[in-house]
Amino acid sequence: MSEVEAPARPAARAPGLALLGGLLAPLALLALASLALGARDVPPGDVLATLLGDAPDRTTENIIWSARVPRTLLALATGAALGLAGGLMQALTRNPLADPGLLGVSAGASFAIVLASGVLGIGAVTGYLWFAFAGALVATVGVYLLSSAGRAGLTPVKLALAGVAVTALLSSFTSAIMLTEPESLNRYRFWAAGSLADTGGGELLRVLPFLVLGAVLTLASAPALNSLALGEDLARALGRRTRLIRLAGVTAVTLLTGASVALIGPVVFVGLIVPHAVRVLAQRLGLGPDQRWLLPACALLAPCLLLAADIAGRLVARPVEIQAGVLVAVVGGPFFIFLVRRQRLTEV
Amino acid sequence: MLTYRLTRPPVSGVLRPRDLAVCCALAVAVLLAFCLGIAHGDVPLPLTDVLAALTGSGDAGTLLVVREFRMPRALAGLLVGIAFGVSGAIFQTMTRNPLASPDMIGITQGAGAAVVAGLVLGWGGGLGTQALGLLGALGTALLVYALAWRRGTTGYRIVLVGVGVAWICTSVTDYLTARGRFVEAQAAVGWLVGNLNGRSWSQLTPLVWALAVLLPTALLLSRLTRTLQLGDEVATALGTPVQRLRLALLVTGVGLVAFGTAVAGPVAFVALAAPQIAQRLVGAACPPLVASGLTGALVVLGADLAAREAIPGVELPVGVVTGAFGAPFLLWLLMRAARA
Repeated sequence: MSEVEAPARPAARAPGLALLGGLLAPLALLALASLALGARDVPPGDVLATLLGDAPDRTTENIIWSARVPRTLLALATGAALGLAGGLMQALTRNPLADPGLLGVSAGASFAIVLASGVLGIGAVTGYLWFAFAGALVATVGVYLLSSAGRAGLTPVKLALAGVAVTALLSSFTSAIMLTEPESLNRYRFWAAGSLADTGGGELLRVLPFLVLGAVLTLASAPALNSLALGEDLARALGRRTRLIRLAGVTAVTLLTGASVALIGPVVFVGLIVPHAVRVLAQRLGLGPDQRWLLPACALLAPCLLLAADIAGRLVARPVEIQAGVLVAVVGGPFFIFLVRRQRLTEV
Repeated sequence: MLTYRLTRPPVSGVLRPRDLAVCCALAVAVLLAFCLGIAHGDVPLPLTDVLAALTGSGDAGTLLVVREFRMPRALAGLLVGIAFGVSGAIFQTMTRNPLASPDMIGITQGAGAAVVAGLVLGWGGGLGTQALGLLGALGTALLVYALAWRRGTTGYRIVLVGVGVAWICTSVTDYLTARGRFVEAQAAVGWLVGNLNGRSWSQLTPLVWALAVLLPTALLLSRLTRTLQLGDEVATALGTPVQRLRLALLVTGVGLVAFGTAVAGPVAFVALAAPQIAQRLVGAACPPLVASGLTGALVVLGADLAAREAIPGVELPVGVVTGAFGAPFLLWLLMRAARA
């Protein structure tokens, strides 16, 4: 294959690098702000000093290392995962409405959490992580199998509709349990709002391998996704094994989204809007719809949004925190609408 | 596929026997589900008595039970199902996207946010969930259309703006549910699921009037919408007034779903699934209007029956079951389709 593929033209490399570089700067700033701001502000100089091992006092060291660093890393990791998953999902289904939760990931995780707290009576927070992750995995595998069954095989429309159908099915059971088991409703309503505050660094470490695997799979399938954008038949004519691409893509989305949703709740809106924003940015820079640049850009822009929402959530109603999941939509929603209005959006 | 073309001006049209057969079969099934819904209750009635009472004969006791206690619920299921099914078909045709149901583009979520705000914050006190739901749905639809307007709209832009608005409303709802007291959260979830329990005639009146106006409008418009399937440019070239048509479709679809939601809450999945199921039953290229309405009614009525039977002694809200009832059917149709 390699001798047929044209190498990336130098002309396309410059805007691509500009895109990634341009996103890296705000990400670094937001990460610093996330370390500095909160119920008790720490000056940026002290933050840097603490990170370099020269903390001004014990309290600052404690705040930075045990609270802010894990939380910021969590936002970076899950944000990048949701961004990648969103970009991948829209490329796979070729539907601009596809979010990373489309394959039943959020619904599977929600169902598992409600089941664990309501029916099985599990109370420990650490238990939920694996329940939610397992629920997400099982739901997506189900969606994939159901949508690839039948004579027509797997098509984008079938994948999307099967995802919606399984989501509806699971949501039915979720609400049935919630309405009959009050304890599970109580647990669910706080998880569903989507918070970064209740998850520690240990949980992030536990699912990190899955996140890394998902990210590698996503980035590796980028060239193949470019061919897939030309349509099923052309992609096959170009020598792509479309079935394999889809399988890899679905696996990656499941790992990325499943782990993120298990960690911070169903904050999938990030994955919906970020790819749209990235496409607009890329177009501005004169970059075509090349997934090799778009997907990494999604992984950089999405954590920006999540960090911004989390920081805003800490500051808006100090000392009370508003969940990041709520603010992502409240801040990201208008931004998304602004994008949609301004630009002739590139259709997926 | 077998079709008959009638071309004798001023009457012209296409008659597909399969359409007709599917619609007849659906209508019979809907009627059966409707009667079963009335027959079911603390005192089960034989189907023959139900039919007799519906036509106005039978003894006074049965007439009272059927007309005053059981009819409103069954009728609510029927009308809400039709409203959601037709509205879903309109949106999916207009946007050429099977995911673009009113549940996706913010109308339902707007109603939900308004009602939950009423329950948790006590806003619009005295208005009640029905009026709040209606106001929320219509207000959100207006907002979506206004935001999507930029020298005209496109189906694509309406859908994307709608999704943005939907997510804002959902997270406001989630926040309010998490913030509110537990009882309020419970009431909120109860409404958000979609419910037909304890409906009365007075609650149904607005929906009946809305359907009387909006259903004929939808049928009239459906002749014009076929060209929209070809894309805005082609449709304009063929003489379709694209912008005005889209506004008319939007008003009709939103009206249907807003009045339906006001009566039963956002019964999940019906508006999305019914047109897709109907399309596959009929074997059409886009969701057929009449069959979608009938399928919607069948899903809601069937789900309501199942909801009352599922757990003995507990009346589950209908919205809990529509997913469990409609999803396997849609999945089965998806699997046996030769082409998507």
